[in-house]
Amino acid sequence: MTTERELRVKPIVNGTVIDHISAGQALNVLKILGITSHTKSVVSVLMNVPSGHMGAKDVVKVEDRELDPEEVETIALISPKTTINIIRNYEVVEKFRVETPRSVVGLVRCGNPNCISNTNEPLESRFFVESEDPVRLRCSYCEFVLETELAEHLL
Amino acid sequence: MIFERKHIISTKDFSRDEIDLILDRAEELEPVARKGHLDLLKNKIIATLFFEPSTRTRLSFDTAVKRLGGSTIGFDTATSTSIAKGETLFDTIKIIESYADAIILRHPREGAARMASEISSVPIINAGDGAGHHPTQTLLDMYTIRKECTKGIGDLNVAIVGDLRYGRTVHSLVYALSLYGTKLSFVAPDQLKMPSNIINYLKRGGIEFFETSDLNKVLEDADVIYMTRIQKERFPDPSEYLKVAGSYRITTDMLAGVKDDMIIMHPLPRVDEIEPGVDSTKHAKYFQQSFYGVPVRMAVLSLVLNAEM
Ligand SMILES: [Zn+2]
Repeated sequence: MTTERELRVKPIVNGTVIDHISAGQALNVLKILGITSHTKSVVSVLMNVPSGHMGAKDVVKVEDRELDPEEVETIALISPKTTINIIRNYEVVEKFRVETPRSVVGLVRCGNPNCISNTNEPLESRFFVESEDPVRLRCSYCEFVLETELAEHLL
Repeated sequence: MIFERKHIISTKDFSRDEIDLILDRAEELEPVARKGHLDLLKNKIIATLFFEPSTRTRLSFDTAVKRLGGSTIGFDTATSTSIAKGETLFDTIKIIESYADAIILRHPREGAARMASEISSVPIINAGDGAGHHPTQTLLDMYTIRKECTKGIGDLNVAIVGDLRYGRTVHSLVYALSLYGTKLSFVAPDQLKMPSNIINYLKRGGIEFFETSDLNKVLEDADVIYMTRIQKERFPDPSEYLKVAGSYRITTDMLAGVKDDMIIMHPLPRVDEIEPGVDSTKHAKYFQQSFYGVPVRMAVLSLVLNAEM
């Protein structure tokens, strides 16, 4: 992959390379990972990198950090083609594509303001995944369908 | 067939067999609903929790419980209860489930009945949640069609008229009728047409349907004309509303060319969709339809509470 080589970012020793992020979603990935200006570890963000089969993609490299399953699940919702590369001692020790879960619990806020899940009831939001790419979620309480601007509905 | 559904939340949860079972049971109970009494719910307490007012629905459920020998507790608006002080629906359900054998719930939030069914150990019957589901309305509509039409549900041509966009009870009815393969006609102004997800659902299922904004186009072929109310506030321009409102009104004159056994339904209350003169014609079935709510609700209650006939 020549494009990978062309990236002016040096390989990381330990950490995670989040690749094939849908172009434009890199900042939302940072949000999901809780990366802010206070984050100490080295984070590289590449946006609109030319990509063979995607046209353009974003890439995020985070040093000294591996993602937990909930973070991976959430990334799948906003960018279903993302691949995760776990790097240890310069080696890719694990590489996998994010998988859209069958249901999404407690990660996304329902877009229907009158939904019971948008109240102070002690319950977690819950959606069925109706379609994976593009991701389409149906609220299991009010049946509202969320399909655009999912990132804005992340809890 | 055993009725396995403990809660009655959405029409979409039901199979055709389950709907048939409820309608069969309603038929058995209808004589009791008219003038009678059974002990099927003897010693049972049914809670009716109405967090928003709907006198008609509440009285219909209340009648159903009492005709079956049960008793009711509850409230009919949330203002005077602890809910007004900020108690959650969750807590209310957890408290009432220890008093009552079943809970009939009407709540302004969509999905409220679904949530209640997940936490309640006693059956929840959804009596309407916000703009959401109202399954016993759909069931009584189906019962009316089955009882009052001369042909089977699947052989009918049902025209639904009015606000097809926002009226979710209409969406549930369309879903239920689609299980029988009923031919559907939708009559609505452009602003209030049937939403695309329902149209796509019908297309996928190969259900025959016809869309128009002209009521006159469906009159001749219809076996059922299901009128609904169009709300003024759906129209940004009041003069647009007046145009539409006038064109979706059934008058006695219009009945000249209809099928002899065509029936007119309306979930009530009506505003001016049906001229009062129509009431005395053989086509008018809306008051009958309203009565059928009682045997249908009796059927639902007896089934979820496993009351043996
Ligand atoms: Zn919802």
